[in-house]
Amino acid sequence: MIKMQRKTVSDPGFDKTVKNLTPEKITQTINYVLEKEAAARLKAYVETCIHCGLCNEACHFYVSYDRDPSYAPVAKVRQTIWDMMKKKGKVDAETLKMYARIGFTECNICRRCSMYCPFGIDIGYMMILVRRICGLLKVAPLYLQDQGYSHMYTYTQAWVAQDDWVDTVQFVEEELRMDIKNARIPLDKEGAEIMYSPHSLEAKFKTNLLSNIAKIMSVARADWTMPSFDGWDSTNQAMHVGDNETMGMVERMHFNAGFKLKVRKIVTSECGHSFRAAVYDGSRSLGWKEPPITYIQPTQLFYEFVRDGRIKIANKLKEPVTVQDPCSIVRNRGLGGMLRSVVKAACEDFRDVKPRLEHNFCCAAGSGVINYGPPWKFIRMEGGRAKIEQLHATGAKIVIAPCHSCHKTIEELIAYYKLDMHVMFISELLVKTMEIPEDMQVLKPGKAEV
Amino acid sequence: MYEFLTSIEAYNFLKGPMVWIAFIVFICGSVYRVILLIILAKKDKVVYPYLSLKYAFRSFLHWLIPFGSRNMRLHPWMTVFAFIFHIGLLFTPVFLYPHIVLWHKAWGMRWWSLPENIADIMTLIVILCCIFFILRRIFASEVRFVTYASDYLIITIAAAPFITGFLAFHQLVVPYRLMLMLHILLGEIMLMAIPFTRLSHMLSFWLTRAHTGSEFGVFRHSKDY
Repeated sequence: MIKMQRKTVSDPGFDKTVKNLTPEKITQTINYVLEKEAAARLKAYVETCIHCGLCNEACHFYVSYDRDPSYAPVAKVRQTIWDMMKKKGKVDAETLKMYARIGFTECNICRRCSMYCPFGIDIGYMMILVRRICGLLKVAPLYLQDQGYSHMYTYTQAWVAQDDWVDTVQFVEEELRMDIKNARIPLDKEGAEIMYSPHSLEAKFKTNLLSNIAKIMSVARADWTMPSFDGWDSTNQAMHVGDNETMGMVERMHFNAGFKLKVRKIVTSECGHSFRAAVYDGSRSLGWKEPPITYIQPTQLFYEFVRDGRIKIANKLKEPVTVQDPCSIVRNRGLGGMLRSVVKAACEDFRDVKPRLEHNFCCAAGSGVINYGPPWKFIRMEGGRAKIEQLHATGAKIVIAPCHSCHKTIEELIAYYKLDMHVMFISELLVKTMEIPEDMQVLKPGKAEV
Repeated sequence: MYEFLTSIEAYNFLKGPMVWIAFIVFICGSVYRVILLIILAKKDKVVYPYLSLKYAFRSFLHWLIPFGSRNMRLHPWMTVFAFIFHIGLLFTPVFLYPHIVLWHKAWGMRWWSLPENIADIMTLIVILCCIFFILRRIFASEVRFVTYASDYLIITIAAAPFITGFLAFHQLVVPYRLMLMLHILLGEIMLMAIPFTRLSHMLSFWLTRAHTGSEFGVFRHSKDY
């Protein structure tokens, strides 16, 4: 018999919280989610699966861990959902901890496996159910739980208070004026065309990304704004921790911010999960078929800017460039073509990955895995081997990744596997290569003398 | 026991009322299973709004044509075995001459039949495929990890009528009469098992594929193959 062998990892979010659980509580929660919340899809999937194991090749964990059968998508279902159903929810705390470990740390819900299953079984959905059960029982990685609570208290992912946010925008604007003449970051502008909704990290310690966006918006002369009030942050970690109630609340605030400012569309930050939360999980849980307000990802916005000539590329990048197709925007919304179009416009030597577009491998950091902190870094580094080998094979020196999780983890993978590569957001790429119109150029000290 | 099994009464029962029972159980059970899922899917609010005929058919097409999806190209052997197995499993019983004779005698219906030797080869292929599937379950570790006793059971249920049919036709192992009785009985068991075991993937395939195909086409703007 094959055994599931895993490193022991100590995470208080798992180890401490399971001690508070009683067997009755576990059984009650499992049965509530499986019988009351899950409906036809779970039944159809469990009854249809013929255990053929053809989904294996789809999983980047399976591929990265040298085809270890216990990492296969169907194996994860076997060890969680089937096990719960067989035992009718009567499981002990240790077993629950194993479910949580599989659901949270060994699946990125990238949904590649549902493309490889002959029946189209959505294994990601079943892993979401596992996360939901464990999340309700508060058995989840500590860092992720913390961010879930942050959403409850501050409506942002990283405990950014509303006044901090306004303050940050002001100093970003001030610094931006060193590059763009009389640059403005308009807050609360009613009736603007675009509401940009940043990632809370852009307000906390990656303000250069916010400044990049502001620069592009200025150069494209976009009619844009951002809310000064709560609801400005586009992230939604509550979705990953299985807290559907908070997830719905966060998305509702987000849509409401757009309605309040009477904007035509909301543009999220260059982030995969916040886009998925808004258009997929959030919208659906609030009862919308599609988001109630046009909701786009910067990849699409930049594609439109470049296509319409609102941004002109002045100096194309010379190094070989490849792309990472983030699952949440490519497999989940088909933006791979736009991504390539922008990259090709701004780079001379574009080298596509293989397999590409919706068949691309996940970076192993999606669905919150990036946020689990130091105890779980190894899972991304080991699980991301398939990804980094795929990128390395292109021979490119620069990877364009329009997603915070992909960006950070690929940068870490490059360091871990000691490769000579570098990751960039599309906004970074555009800022490096775009032409700054003359009326926006700031006279630098040296230039004034000429 | 042997006397009873080969008696004319038992033969008449298996060939008469039991066939009715088997078909009624199969048809009613299948309709029940499909309708139950369709009703349940209504409660699952995210299924119906996204359904699309166009994308459902795109999905069917890519998964019913050999090598029409990337995963089939990644597993060429499995694709070949799976396709010839399912073709043999569905076509051989329907187009087998002795079966058509039975339909003709009962209801006066007749249709094109497979030449005898081709039918024989197809039967053998089905049996060989079943052996391949069983070996795969035993020796491929990733499949063994998710194999339960029920998986062997459904393969056995599917293979049994073909094995007994083949042996009866060639009059091997046990007397023809007994083997024929076993063949009829096992065939009826298989028919009745379809709605109540995971052999029902024959029915739910269309539902899950339609859902996933539509979801990928309508919402995710990407391919599911």
